[in-house]
Amino acid sequence: MQQIPDVIREIPLNYYVWFSAALFCIGIIGVLTRRNAIIIFMSVELMLNSVNLLLVAFSSYKADPAGQIFVFFIMAVAAAEVAVGLAIIVMIYRNIQTIDVGLLNKLKW
Amino acid sequence: MIPFVFIAFIVLTVISACVVLWSNNVLYAAFSLLLTFFGIAALYVLVGADFIAITQLLVYVGGILVLLLFGVMLTNQNGNKENGKNDIIGTNTNRLIGFAVAFGLFALLFFTFAKANFVNIQSNLFESIETFSTTQNIGVLLMTDFVLPFEVSGVLLMATLIGAAYLSSKTKV
Repeated sequence: MQQIPDVIREIPLNYYVWFSAALFCIGIIGVLTRRNAIIIFMSVELMLNSVNLLLVAFSSYKADPAGQIFVFFIMAVAAAEVAVGLAIIVMIYRNIQTIDVGLLNKLKW
Repeated sequence: MIPFVFIAFIVLTVISACVVLWSNNVLYAAFSLLLTFFGIAALYVLVGADFIAITQLLVYVGGILVLLLFGVMLTNQNGNKENGKNDIIGTNTNRLIGFAVAFGLFALLFFTFAKANFVNIQSNLFESIETFSTTQNIGVLLMTDFVLPFEVSGVLLMATLIGAAYLSSKTKV
């Protein structure tokens, strides 16, 4: 990556920053307002994706591939997180027959 | 031209993310998350990161979304009377319109490809495109500077595999 590709010269970097901020905030709203555990997982994925997009955009505008390698590792960690999290959700469903996180209040005092 | 495509993919991604946010049906949310992942993969292509775009499609659409759909179906609310909107069972509707749209699209594509003269194009297709790829740089960096994190992520995925299989096994421990 010695030179910046021609494609991205027409798009300002600001657009990527604003779009990533918007997507991250949509994910935050999803985590804070929804009660279904699977929807919360989807919102976490949205937030991870927005961070990935921002890393790739900065890496590409700086013509430095190290940022894209970080994105590669973030994807591996996201896959691990979803696999373990869904196993936990299936266990919760098997025990209390629901995945509404509002009903998981046994540790609350 | 490129900014319009960029804006179009941004609008697609934001709208489908909002559908994830507000949809009452978990299955619809999962499928609109598919559109969000596709839109972000397109944005990766537009920013010039081809390897990351392909990895996005393979890992997110092929792996994570399928896992989420498994989660939806394993925890479905079938038969739950007060939560009937999450019912997974569906019926076929609009069969005629569906077939008509599919055959019309096929006819359109067929006549377009029949009119296009691919024989003239394919001889000088690959010489005229200036190749730009990030895959070689990423591969070299992964095997030199970042080889320790690469191996550690492999161990992490192995541990995840064992942990997920252990957690979701039916035997009580």
